[in-house]
Amino acid sequence: MNEKISLKRKIKCAALNALTYGAAGTVCLLLAGIIGCILFKGLPHITVGLLTSKPSLLNDTAGILPNILNTLYIIIITLVIVLPIGVGAAVYLNEYAKNKRAVRLIELAAETLAGIPSIIYGLVGMLVFVQFCGIGKSLLAGALTLVIMTLPTVMRTTQESLKTVPDSYREGALALGAGKWHMIRTAVLPSAADGIVTGCILSIGRIVGESAALLFTSGMASEMLNIFQAVSPGNAGSTLTVALYMYAKERGDFDTAFAIAAILLGLTLLINLAAKLSAKLLKRS
Amino acid sequence: MQSSVLTAASAKSRARLGGLKKTADLLEKLMSGVFTICGFISAAFVLIITVFLIISGVPAIKEIGIFNFLFGTVWASAAAEPSYGILPFILTSVYGTFGAIIIGVPVGLLCAVFLAEMSGGKLSAAVRSAVDLMSGIPSVVYGLVGMIIVVPTVREAFGLPDGANLFSAITVLAVMILPSVISVSETAIRAVPKEYREASLALGATKTETIFKVTVPAAKSGILASAVLGIGRAIGEAMAVMMVSGNVANMPKLFGSVRFLTTAIASEMSYSSGLQRQALFSVALSLFAFIMIINVILNIAVKGKRD
Amino acid sequence: MKKIRLAGLAAAALLTVGMLSGCGGKTEQTVTTDGSTSMEKVIGFLSEAYMEKNQDVKVTYNPTGSGAGIQAVRDGYCDIGLSSRDLKDEEKTDLNATVVAIDGIAVIVNPENPAADLSVEQIGKIYTGEITNWSEVGGNDLPIVCIGREAASGTRDGFESITGTKDSCKYAQELTSTGDVVQTVSSNPNAIGYASLASVKDTVKTLKVDGVAPSNETILNGTYRVQRSFILVTKKDKELTGAAKDFFDFAMSKEADEYIEKAGAVPVAK
Repeated sequence: MNEKISLKRKIKCAALNALTYGAAGTVCLLLAGIIGCILFKGLPHITVGLLTSKPSLLNDTAGILPNILNTLYIIIITLVIVLPIGVGAAVYLNEYAKNKRAVRLIELAAETLAGIPSIIYGLVGMLVFVQFCGIGKSLLAGALTLVIMTLPTVMRTTQESLKTVPDSYREGALALGAGKWHMIRTAVLPSAADGIVTGCILSIGRIVGESAALLFTSGMASEMLNIFQAVSPGNAGSTLTVALYMYAKERGDFDTAFAIAAILLGLTLLINLAAKLSAKLLKRS
Repeated sequence: MQSSVLTAASAKSRARLGGLKKTADLLEKLMSGVFTICGFISAAFVLIITVFLIISGVPAIKEIGIFNFLFGTVWASAAAEPSYGILPFILTSVYGTFGAIIIGVPVGLLCAVFLAEMSGGKLSAAVRSAVDLMSGIPSVVYGLVGMIIVVPTVREAFGLPDGANLFSAITVLAVMILPSVISVSETAIRAVPKEYREASLALGATKTETIFKVTVPAAKSGILASAVLGIGRAIGEAMAVMMVSGNVANMPKLFGSVRFLTTAIASEMSYSSGLQRQALFSVALSLFAFIMIINVILNIAVKGKRD
Repeated sequence: MKKIRLAGLAAAALLTVGMLSGCGGKTEQTVTTDGSTSMEKVIGFLSEAYMEKNQDVKVTYNPTGSGAGIQAVRDGYCDIGLSSRDLKDEEKTDLNATVVAIDGIAVIVNPENPAADLSVEQIGKIYTGEITNWSEVGGNDLPIVCIGREAASGTRDGFESITGTKDSCKYAQELTSTGDVVQTVSSNPNAIGYASLASVKDTVKTLKVDGVAPSNETILNGTYRVQRSFILVTKKDKELTGAAKDFFDFAMSKEADEYIEKAGAVPVAK
């Protein structure tokens, strides 16, 4: 039927369309603006010297190598602790738990953890790890705080990929006489690898971007630490994000701050790409 | 002779198998226990966090008096006669979140509509990647750009003495919640069955009318969920906001220097001592309670609408 | 299974090699300092110079503010606390203060601001809100924006005591570090702020106070009134030992004078 659409309706539709395109355009412009600003102000200051030295007042140079290393250390330490726990929890929820209430309780707990702001994590991390456990401001305390923060992510992604493993895998293994743990270890977990890897990458993204939780737990120092010192109590160190905050707010050194921002932007992009790639590649099974 | 050797051999192997089975059983039980512990660890963490916050936060509230604390309008923690009212922080956080939601949710929703309904494959893939990237950018980077671009611009544009105020914070927060709102809303809109659209079009509505009168209302609960996500992010943001909002403990004014609940904790924590320090823990406890309450209320509201 | 075991062994081997190579073999001693952000340059120069001479000692510095540094020493979290204000009476009961340098507090404005010389009284009135427009003190017809530090800052304590404005300043912004004050004033033509002289860059203009410009001489002879001491804080009942004591003695020695001056502060007569 070829009904004529009234002018009023046409205007309304045109206006809504315009608003929608406008909104999408605004968002794209915003992103372009932010990225453009960071790259424009930051790229010129990313020098080999900046990336490979520590800051020196005597020579009046800036350097972010300690911060890069600290970020790496914290990622490694956090992942080493959170992956077993998170995967274990997801396995429990999906494979072992019989009681529906227990499952609901744990899922609720994970949701709660995911909603707590990072500054409160920082505070609790300070209370529990730095003071109560006595390990002082250190990368270790920061990593432990991040473990609690990234636990929900790892749990969720692992759980989802565990759910996609067909029951036939499990039944087959059990029929062959495998015990439950054996079945999980050989039949289920390898097939759920894609979810675990995705969870891993998402956690890395969260860790790299975290700053409020680390201010009070791993401190703002800029000394070079080796891996032994990184895992031992008492060695404070600032990661890239905390260093950015320091350079921008405390020292007013915006050249270095923008350089760090550009590096962080690049890292975010890499992590995003890695997540997408891993999802594609590992979905073979 | 042979049969006895055989029986002896098979007895041995049966015994070994029996022993192996015992260790296998033990391993199974052990791993089951390990997994159970892992499972309940998240619940344990929530318990630990709650307990520590309550233990650290309650003493100061007792000493200051809960009414003075929650409704007092002056926060002067290091003055000769200290006063610990956190109403300025509570109101600032509420106004800031509210402002961010008012700007961020409509823009995000419209953008989600664009992605889900109005754009072709390649364009929407590109925009979606852009949104994904935005969601990964660390908050200090947003704060940095806010410091360098938003604050001076606000100062010039509104002719203010100083650009570091609630308005700048709202701007930055709105931008920060966009990615979450967009991706969750888009998922919700995509999930609306295409029968709804087809029925509406068949009845003579234009595509735009279908989107805004049929599809979007049908995706209401998902969109509400995205707003909840945005609220959570806005109320919990500390770093970016600390860099653009001026940090003075005033009662909130749109163009005045303000302090949020989060920045109140962050700015004084490292050097506080005694009652001031305990008061900061109480602020953290209040923030925690605030967020829990909001989550519960919003979850009930969203679940209610799901029917 | 074999492949996984092999991979696991390889990873473990790599990790061990990594750890050992990063180790360096020596056990390092650490001296932890914590506190004033104004003292960042001074402690930075001193610690770098010290570490160059003593390769197996690491001196760390956590910029958290004078109040935090004093608290950290008290609680035992660091060896030496750094404070840019004098100790309060109740702090003196269990802490020792040793003056390592004197620092001028520069009163800074934006380079575009024509105002050049203010008296201490005028500065006090500006910060308490009695004077609100730059035209009243030799500037343009613009509102005055008062930038200051957070409540436990040593710089704020020194500034407020000298100008007599304790607890009555009306700030537009309370920032958490000296560098931040400099940066904020440099980007706002209406702003006035106070910052450690050592941290002042040429992005801001330093005012004369009562006709006196801050410099090493005017600070030492006291004609530039807005000044305070940089203090090393230690616990009374816990003597410094080992590397911490050595670093402390170095900081108080005549050798350190050149580094303190490089950092922009004024070494005390020793």
